[in-house]
Amino acid sequence: MTPADRVRRRAVGSAIVLSVPAVLLLLALFAVPLLRLLALSVEGGSLVAYQRALTNELYLRVIFETFKIAAVVTLLTLALGYPVAYVMATSGRVWQLVGIAFVLLPFWTSILVRTYAWMVMLGRNGVVNRTLIGWGVIDSPLPLLNNLAGVLIGMVHVLLPYMILPVFNAVKKVDPNLVLAAEGLGAPRWRAFLRVTLPLTMNGVAAGVTLVFTLSLGFFITPALLGGGRVVMIANLIEEQVRELLNWAFAGALSAILLALTLAAFWGISRIARTRSA
Amino acid sequence: MAAQEVRDADLRVDGVAKRYGAVVALGGVSLSVAAGEFLTILGPSGSGKTTLLKVVAGFEFPDAGRVTVGGADITDVSPAKRNIGMVFQNYALFPHMSVARNIAFPLQMRGVPKSEIDRRVIQAMALVELQGYGERLPSQLSGGQQQRVALARAVVFDPTLLLLDEPFGALDRKLRESMQLEVRRLQRRLGLTTVFITHDQEEALVLSDRIAVMDGGAIRQIGAPDEIYDRPADDFVAQFIGESNLLVGEIAAPDRVVLDGGTSVTVRGLDGGHGRVRLLVRPEKMAIDSATNRFTGTIVEAVYLGEAHKLRVKVAEGVELLVRGHRAVPTGARVTVGFAPEDAHVIRGAG
Amino acid sequence: MRRVRPGRLLLAGFAVLVCVFLQLPLLIVFPISFSSAQYLQFPPPGWSLQWYERYLNSPNWLTPTWLSLKVAMATTALSLLLGVPLAFGLTRARFWGRDAIEKLSMAPIIVPTIVLSIALYGLFANLKLIGAWYGIAIAHTLLALPFVVVVVVAGLRDFDVNQELAALGLGASRWRAVWHVTLPQIRPSLVSAAFLAFISSFDELVVAMFLGGANMTLPKKMFDNIRMEIDPTIAAISALQIVLVSALLALAARFGRGGGMPGR
Repeated sequence: MTPADRVRRRAVGSAIVLSVPAVLLLLALFAVPLLRLLALSVEGGSLVAYQRALTNELYLRVIFETFKIAAVVTLLTLALGYPVAYVMATSGRVWQLVGIAFVLLPFWTSILVRTYAWMVMLGRNGVVNRTLIGWGVIDSPLPLLNNLAGVLIGMVHVLLPYMILPVFNAVKKVDPNLVLAAEGLGAPRWRAFLRVTLPLTMNGVAAGVTLVFTLSLGFFITPALLGGGRVVMIANLIEEQVRELLNWAFAGALSAILLALTLAAFWGISRIARTRSA
Repeated sequence: MAAQEVRDADLRVDGVAKRYGAVVALGGVSLSVAAGEFLTILGPSGSGKTTLLKVVAGFEFPDAGRVTVGGADITDVSPAKRNIGMVFQNYALFPHMSVARNIAFPLQMRGVPKSEIDRRVIQAMALVELQGYGERLPSQLSGGQQQRVALARAVVFDPTLLLLDEPFGALDRKLRESMQLEVRRLQRRLGLTTVFITHDQEEALVLSDRIAVMDGGAIRQIGAPDEIYDRPADDFVAQFIGESNLLVGEIAAPDRVVLDGGTSVTVRGLDGGHGRVRLLVRPEKMAIDSATNRFTGTIVEAVYLGEAHKLRVKVAEGVELLVRGHRAVPTGARVTVGFAPEDAHVIRGAG
Repeated sequence: MRRVRPGRLLLAGFAVLVCVFLQLPLLIVFPISFSSAQYLQFPPPGWSLQWYERYLNSPNWLTPTWLSLKVAMATTALSLLLGVPLAFGLTRARFWGRDAIEKLSMAPIIVPTIVLSIALYGLFANLKLIGAWYGIAIAHTLLALPFVVVVVVAGLRDFDVNQELAALGLGASRWRAVWHVTLPQIRPSLVSAAFLAFISSFDELVVAMFLGGANMTLPKKMFDNIRMEIDPTIAAISALQIVLVSALLALAARFGRGGGMPGR
């Protein structure tokens, strides 16, 4: 064995030693419990739980609803977030910092705090309805709480920073001279944006979309509080099955389905992003 | 550790080989550096010079071969115990430590008492003329000052060997020239055995006692600067160091070579051999209206360099000669150029 | 002066509106928390500190607060203790299984929290760990680990390895090189990682809801309270939390650059 081999082996050895404690924890308290839960869902080799989840119309509707909400939230955050990220990234240093502060402050604020505030604002006599009526925009209060609208507003608010920050980083990396070059070559500003900036920021968009979509699928708090029981997502269904009905097999099956959806979304979006950027 | 006591030690590298996967970085390199000598390893990027330096410093371990300093084999010694001072390409100053703490670092690691550390740090800062800069952070210094700190840090612990990895690359031309001279002065004063790495041939010629030219993981030639410049061992060395005219031909008589174009030239130093040779003539040895070995052609390019004019003369289809002289000649003019028989250096072999 | 294009102005206006939307909840919480009304009313009819007094005098609120602080601090310590060495292991050598380990350490942020929660609930119930504060801290460590690893790995990738080589060449042992040279230079990453770990635990509801048993963390207490009644005490707690987070952010900015964010 040459000294080079010895050194390499020593480096690998210490890297492994350093990784072992964390890996053990992850295996014992993450991988094993997860596999156990999945095993519970097929207890006795029966797929009854899956059959129930995937044939009963009620549960199918929850799965579909979850997917739909995640998709709508993703589109909304993209539509609202991209322009903000773009404006921030193309502004001067001071405005950039101000923008980041405005995005990070709610980002770091507890979801419960924010959800509470939305409940105060969105009720029949809440700030939003009273303001709109006061301005004469509407005559009677809009139903904004305890329904889909409330859940969407709350989720978009929670997830917007997850879209803005990666897109912001991506736009910042685009050399402004490229846009100037495109304009110098005769492209009007909007075409320069479409042909240069947008394609170069697609990786940031993909990161944001992946984050927002996969996080949306597992949302629990916002639908529980702003949906008023009328909006049920998979996570809420799982909680109910375990806490109230102690139906572990069914909860396990639902968890497996949620996990599969999440991983599929994660894998699918990153695949699309890769082929687009290739 | 005996190696730590030896000062002004010589360095020997014997058959050092290193490969990364299929890439051979070093193919069995041997060289020796005498105590107090300044040796430059000169080569293009990818020639293996940095790998060789890392092997000497202990940051890379060779697949084969030995490294000896002052007679002690250090091939398997960890870098921390080699007692070798090194200046990195980007200096690798610790940005979170003041100048004084950077310089004190190697002494602290050796358990030197506090009062002695203070004394030696002050001494080292005086050595590189940075008195009063002790509390500054590296980021508050100019490039040249950072370089001095790196140098002070590399010599403060009395290393047996000083390694310099392209330390002047980041400096502008003027500063680079003054730093080169300063490093050379310091090295002479401390009598440190020094290995210096660069891809800049001018720098190598100015600084070195000897130069080792590397390419493709092997040493092509090793010798004093004038030897390397005037009598390169092969085409690579000839073309890597300075500009050159290479004339290919066949030996026809003890003092005559017939070039491939048919022109016959008179040359010294053929020693009665046979076969194909290449003649190296440096542009400054080419003269307009030379008395011997004349070529007639058209000036295709004339560049004014300040201290000289550089001309490119087309003497035949596909054959151009570089001439460096003091006469300004316009592009397109017809001239006759040539060289004296003793100014051609003969490189043997087909190449 | 530079000419501002009308399109740009429109876009900037839109961005400002979205930013206002983002701040709305924070803007509403502060006035309510100082309300003198006996029930929720906006805008408040007058000002008082009654809701803060109620929070600070109520063991029902303070006990969960201390529990959450304790859990969050334990989580921070534990996730750094495990995550920083892991980050070194992942960046300093290539070895078989390294990619698998990297994916495994990232997995807790991809797997929905509810799924992890009930999986751990099942296991902890068997181990009689439900209700133990350290049980929650260990579970939170799983959730914090990906943040710590991402941030510290990024810090180590930006770090110039020549620095460590230089320290070795100058006579430092591996340990001392890491301690004196590497760790001080990746301090911003370490501070960000600690901050992320702390906040992620302090705000976490779902895991704590399942594993806490009768012991309520602050988020669980808030969740129950919000479900039962909309009480301005929550506004006072919310205001305090926002102030706490801002203070931590300022500290993080003081001791490491920026507020740090995952996937920076």
